[in-house]
Amino acid sequence: MGIYRKKFEFSECPKPYLIKDGKYFDLKTSDFVEADIIIDKGIIKDIGRFNGDSFKGRVLDIVGKVVFPGFMDMHVHFREPGREDKETMASGSFAAAGGGFTSVCPMPNTDPIIDNQEMVKFIIDKGKDLITDIFPVGAISKGLKGKEISEIADMFNAGIIAVSDDGVPENNLGMMQRCMEYTSMFDIPVIVHCEDKHLSNGGVMHEGYYSTKLGLPGISSISEEIAVVRNIMIAEYTGSKVHICHVSTAGSVEIIKNAKERGVKVTCEVTPHHLTLTDKCIETFDPNFKMNPPLRTEKDVETLVNGMKNGIIDTIATDHAPHTIDEKEFEFDRAPFGVTGLETAFGILNEFFINKDILSIGKFVELLIVNPRKILKLDIPEITKNKKANMVIVQLDKEWTVDADNFYSASRNSPFIGTKLTGEIQTVLNKNKVYFR
Amino acid sequence: MPLKSRHLIGLEGISKEELEIIFKTADIFKEVLQRPIKKVPTLTGKTVVNLFFEPSTRTRISFELAERRLSADTINFSSSGSSISKGETLKDTVRNIEAMKIDLVVVRHSSPGTPLFLSKILNASIINAGDGAHEHPTQALLDMYSLREKFGRLEKLKVLIVGDISHSRVALSNIYGMTSMGINVSLCGPATLMPRELDKLGVKIYYNLDEAIKDKDVILVLRIQLERQKKGLFPSIREYRNCFGITKERLQKLKDDVVIMHPGPINRGVELDGDVADCKNSIILEQVENGVAIRMAVLYLLSGVESSLTI
Repeated sequence: MGIYRKKFEFSECPKPYLIKDGKYFDLKTSDFVEADIIIDKGIIKDIGRFNGDSFKGRVLDIVGKVVFPGFMDMHVHFREPGREDKETMASGSFAAAGGGFTSVCPMPNTDPIIDNQEMVKFIIDKGKDLITDIFPVGAISKGLKGKEISEIADMFNAGIIAVSDDGVPENNLGMMQRCMEYTSMFDIPVIVHCEDKHLSNGGVMHEGYYSTKLGLPGISSISEEIAVVRNIMIAEYTGSKVHICHVSTAGSVEIIKNAKERGVKVTCEVTPHHLTLTDKCIETFDPNFKMNPPLRTEKDVETLVNGMKNGIIDTIATDHAPHTIDEKEFEFDRAPFGVTGLETAFGILNEFFINKDILSIGKFVELLIVNPRKILKLDIPEITKNKKANMVIVQLDKEWTVDADNFYSASRNSPFIGTKLTGEIQTVLNKNKVYFR
Repeated sequence: MPLKSRHLIGLEGISKEELEIIFKTADIFKEVLQRPIKKVPTLTGKTVVNLFFEPSTRTRISFELAERRLSADTINFSSSGSSISKGETLKDTVRNIEAMKIDLVVVRHSSPGTPLFLSKILNASIINAGDGAHEHPTQALLDMYSLREKFGRLEKLKVLIVGDISHSRVALSNIYGMTSMGINVSLCGPATLMPRELDKLGVKIYYNLDEAIKDKDVILVLRIQLERQKKGLFPSIREYRNCFGITKERLQKLKDDVVIMHPGPINRGVELDGDVADCKNSIILEQVENGVAIRMAVLYLLSGVESSLTI
């Protein structure tokens, strides 16, 4: 294990760029277009065919590579303030950019909790000079204690794009109803972590055959599904927008499908690890497979993948949850929940779904680029003349193996270490800044 | 190496042949234990550390005795008063101990998976002396060994395990080992203490004890942790005894030669009536005696000592 981590370097773009001889993904036609792109001062100046020799600026020759609008992850945990040893806003932003994400939503369960406008301003200020756009999420209740509603109007004016109970699920339904009603005034979603704490009852992995075999306390599927039902019913009753975080069970997908058919304003996300791994992984007792919600069964994975294909799942979010190696390399039942995900998400989706023709490029773009921004009413970074340059350059066929020594994240707790992936993020352009791998 | 693994993490996946090797080796050590001088030089020069991160009396004593009877050098480590309470991680503690050149590590820990974790970071051979609700392989080995001694065979015996299956490493190890040996294993206990999807392990599940015990050759009674009642897992000790206790009255209805086992310590009058524990059908003390022989066998087989056993 290396002590010296790979250094993330990005810079302001002093000169215009000509991105030449590649193809970019056009959202209007939902297809690739072969054309060159000229960028100046962070704006797309022109798209067409241009001569590189006479171009006054830097020419990026990207033959065989593709340009996407920047990815968005609406669910990350950057541990600043409080646990900067695990991740800072800067290291988290580097990990995001390294994974092709130009927009991220840090969750409010920091220390102190992001439950007031000053904290929101702190997060936004920390993110100002980074290459990633930071859209903070506020806590639904003060201190995530479930007693008093946070000052959501203040936080909204300071820049939050949603509120959430992630990390400390709200089990008091009266409180949840009031939070949803109050939040609906701002037309932003309430992002809910669905878990009935009485049912999950100290469990550390999915309850089923493997928890029985391994002697580990289980987290039942219904502990999630019951909370999904409750939150959807409250959203339906109050007419609020609700976004279900990290859906992990087949039952939840079915419940969300039914709610969408009824016209409930519900959206949801799934993580790359829940789309690819099962509870069988825990036979090794490796705490890098410990997260909440836990890895479920093959049937759940299959249903989640289908939900991703047929539009019930709106977006992929990583739930990037960094922890130090000292905390994570621990007895399984005592290690903290959570795994990192920003730097592996694209490679996983590409290797396991796009390359295997399970997911079309068009669908992938909806899941990772368009939908999260629609859910949060953010500008979609289309590659069009006069729009802001917010884009990533990807070599789709580049093979690589996940190695924690190469992470930009300050932590290394990935369940995919050693996995062979394809698709490498090579360049990120956003906020008139550029990063080259 | 006569066994496939140089560690004993659990009995999951162990073959009948490997179990036979362990039992036959235990036969030799059991004979040694009948001699006036009960010590052999087999593990002279080998160092064993007993790492007990959870309180244990009988398992620890049984291992220590087995190690001394084999002439190994032993070190005892228990978590109270050691570095664990000073915030040191398990990995640091164990690596420190290993730096002192240890050949075998016997480990008891409340977290499932700890022995497997140690086997990955240490060069020593690891013996699991109980990891949470996961496995307790030497207990299951001595249970089977005692039955083999009693019946002269294991195949097709009908064994019923009664009690708190959810929290029992003894049950899980016995399920793996006994099904490998061709024993017909059934389980009985309150539904709140029965983990999910157990039937996939090839066992039959009962909730009615009177029905379950009818045709059984052996009843293995598990200890019920009385604090489980306070956690709402069963209504009262009284009702537990009425439904799942092996009482005198129940024993009287069974066949004459039914064998009663218990890994100890017994809650007399709860899961097992005192009269039953002490009656002729009980082999509880034989289990304890055989525990030393079985642990000597396991220590010897994993020690890497090549010499044949002519002792």
